[in-house]
Amino acid sequence: MLPLDAFPLAASESNLLAARELMAFTLAFHIVLSCLGVALPAIILSANWLGLKRGDEDAMRLARRWSKAMAVTFAVGAVTGTVLSFEFGLLWPRFMERFGDAFGIAFAIEGLFFFTEAIFLAIYIYGWKRLGGWAHFWSGVPMVITGIGGAFSVVTANAWMNQPQGFTLDAAGKVVETEPFEVLFNPAWSYEVPHMILAAYMVAGFLVASIYAVGMLRGRRDRLHRLGLLIPLTIACIVTPIQLFVGDTAAREVADHQPAKFAGFECIEETGTHQTEYLGGICTDDGVKGAIGIPDLDSFLVGFSADTEVTGLDDIPADERPPANTLLHLSFDAMVGIGTALLALAAWLAFAWWRRRDIPHTPWFLRAVAVSGAGAIVALWCGWIVTEVGRQPWIVQGYLRTSEAVTEAEGIWFAFAGVLVLYAGLGTGAILVLRSMSRRWREQEESAGEGEVPYGPRAELPGAAP
Amino acid sequence: MTRADVAAAILWTGATLYALFGGADFGAGLWDLIAGDARKGERPRALIQRSLTPVWEANHVWLIFILVVLWTAFPEAFGAVMSTLYVPIALAAVGIVLRGAGFAFRKSIESLEGQRAMGAAFALSSVLTPFFMGTVVGAIAAGNVPASGDGDAFSSWLAPLPLLTGALFVASGAYLAAVYLVSDARRAASPDLEDYFARRALAAALVAGGFAVAGIFALHSDARYVFDRLTAEGLPLVIVSALCGLGVLGLLLRGARRGLRPLAAGAVVAVIWGWGVAQFPYLLPTTLKITQSAAPDPTLDAVLIVFVVAALVVLPALGLLYWLSQRELLEE
Ligand code: HDD
Ligand code: HEM
Ligand code: HEM
Repeated sequence: MLPLDAFPLAASESNLLAARELMAFTLAFHIVLSCLGVALPAIILSANWLGLKRGDEDAMRLARRWSKAMAVTFAVGAVTGTVLSFEFGLLWPRFMERFGDAFGIAFAIEGLFFFTEAIFLAIYIYGWKRLGGWAHFWSGVPMVITGIGGAFSVVTANAWMNQPQGFTLDAAGKVVETEPFEVLFNPAWSYEVPHMILAAYMVAGFLVASIYAVGMLRGRRDRLHRLGLLIPLTIACIVTPIQLFVGDTAAREVADHQPAKFAGFECIEETGTHQTEYLGGICTDDGVKGAIGIPDLDSFLVGFSADTEVTGLDDIPADERPPANTLLHLSFDAMVGIGTALLALAAWLAFAWWRRRDIPHTPWFLRAVAVSGAGAIVALWCGWIVTEVGRQPWIVQGYLRTSEAVTEAEGIWFAFAGVLVLYAGLGTGAILVLRSMSRRWREQEESAGEGEVPYGPRAELPGAAP
Repeated sequence: MTRADVAAAILWTGATLYALFGGADFGAGLWDLIAGDARKGERPRALIQRSLTPVWEANHVWLIFILVVLWTAFPEAFGAVMSTLYVPIALAAVGIVLRGAGFAFRKSIESLEGQRAMGAAFALSSVLTPFFMGTVVGAIAAGNVPASGDGDAFSSWLAPLPLLTGALFVASGAYLAAVYLVSDARRAASPDLEDYFARRALAAALVAGGFAVAGIFALHSDARYVFDRLTAEGLPLVIVSALCGLGVLGLLLRGARRGLRPLAAGAVVAVIWGWGVAQFPYLLPTTLKITQSAAPDPTLDAVLIVFVVAALVVLPALGLLYWLSQRELLEE
């Protein structure tokens, strides 16, 4: 239909590349918002609880503001998530056709959680004025549970792509039997799901804290800002050490079950014992260039002994090796590096708190917090790159290649271009709206109080007759 | 009834609820679009905003529900539809993004131009999205989606029946929305808005009725299988729908308000189930039967269980949300 031949990139061979890039871009966008959807409720309710329990006006005000901001991020999360659901069919129709009956089960459950989350979110956000204090608080609690449940179901679907099980194929490769329980509780869920949920708490916690850290660096050091920094930061800092532990477990599981992925992100060329752990560097056919090597450490991390044998890429058939090892390797290192840095930040806060019941008194601490939110997001993206690119060339590990799953529809590059424009607008819009909200709050503070009276009368329609 | 039929019934239930709630949301967007300049349109727009704000996100989840049930329970049909009708489906998705964003951002943006742009995105996509969804349904009914997928990307939906169905979707959403807004205006004690939306409900009812009648002619020429069953097995539902529609007209002309909402909803529900009965036993008439496309039994059982749990958990919660919202306990 369209004169596609005029555009070399739009020819169908590059459909696969376009579809992957489009999928990756929209997922990376959505995942940040979904982290907020998973973890903000708990952060908001912590502030709300402090406000109710101790009659703390500032905490209450923070909870109210954060929930208003969440109304915006949740809406953007909902629309970008809907786009993802469409994309499964639009970009990977052969995947859904062949494995929808297994892969889909988790998503059917996800729908349940999102529904409940959307409902209670609405009650909580719009219930500030006219629901009683504790009743209103409890109306928010289901969101915490549904956020975790929703994350479980989506991520377990992804885990199933990494370690598929719970289905029987006939000679033609069609799914003829399924075992939903086996699908849902595939081996990879046990590390991917907790790792993701903890990541969500880190992203949301550090991100909110970093906003207040910036405010404090600009001289707004009132109690509101301190609390706004401390509540989310405490939550994120508690979660961080657990996250590193889970990530370490994940790495060992991947080494056992997806050796190609592991060899890919660790740049292991040859199978053997006494493998060196490389930090940074570029992966080439004859070894890693420009990395810091720690002898034996890789073998030790996989099996707690330098004698552990670790599979290298030489044992993986050439057409089953993941592409772009350097990307994988650097992504993995970035995730681990950022995780370690955030752990150091958590230790710093814990130490200062233990000694003086206060945050560290240097602007460097605030500066570190100010970048921690972005850091957590980068770690999150890097982790997903490791998982997804590391699984290539498979869409369902061992069963279906990504190249067999992709659509034959024309013009995916055009769609990608369109989506870039659309999402650029969406992202800019969301940021502008959030900034204008915060500006308005600041102005209200400077004039007379909050301007939002709980339990006030309902606003009239404009111009309505009395 | 086989398991597959039950799963299909679940799918249709989801579609019904999406039409009743999501459809009305889209319709409200249409009224927003044509409410006139800032001064004239201010009060109707404020009522629309106030009625939609707490519920639009929950209403929207029915769409996710439909997609998920379709790809889990009927993966082949999902693949076939997606690989054929990707143009209108992608356009509907764009509409969903613009609509959600426009709605969420509009009230928080300060500059008038910004608000206008967001309002326009919201309102315009409120029309385009149901239209393209309607073309998808029409193309399926017309048998333009081959069971193996990869049907023609354009001629499959650029045809009279799909286009008419798209128009019908827009009009029925507007009709439902106007009827709901009459009640909302009443609760807000705004008799002028009550009349305002009652007039619009009447107009939308006539337009939707017109599209429905034209649709029946299009079915006759383009979708013979569906037409034949609609005028035989499906006839009672067609009659119910027509009676409900006439009932709404009667009530509106007499200025009555009581019973408007159930009758208007009844008209829409009867059409959707009439369509289901008319397609039976096909999911894609006349190439893919419900049973042929169905997932293995344990997957269908899982879908059924999820549905039952949803009925036990989500429906009461949703009831609570609507109840709070109708009692005016939810407010920005
Ligand atoms: C805040 C974010 C964050 C932080 C600090 C870490 N991770 Fe991570 N990581 C993720 C966020 C993440 C994730 C949410 O992006 C992934 C993608 C898929 C998943 O399950 O979690 C992930 C995946 C992922 C995988 C691949 C799992 C798979 O392919 O199935 C491994 C091996 C690790 N991580 C290991 C670690 C280690 C050893 C860490 C620190 C010492 C670490 N992660 C910190
Ligand atoms: C839990 C949810 C997720 C599911 C079910 C999922 C599923 C998929 C699917 C079906 C593809 C296309 C086929 C393929 O390339 O294998 C894909 C590709 C990809 N996804 Fe994910 N994904 C998830 C989360 C994420 C997130 C959050 C990110 C990003 C930040 C991400 C990054 C990518 C990338 C980079 C690719 C392209 C890989 C390549 O082609 O090299 N994924 N994902
Ligand atoms: C391929 C993958 C994914 C798909 C198809 C997908 C689909 C969706 C859909 C359809 C929604 C909208 C639901 C609504 O209207 O309320 C949504 C929102 C959401 N998604 Fe995703 N999602 C994916 C990845 C993820 C991942 C990896 C997570 C996280 C951990 C996640 C967590 C959430 C959450 C918590 C929401 C609620 C809305 C929000 O808070 O932003 N999703 N997703």
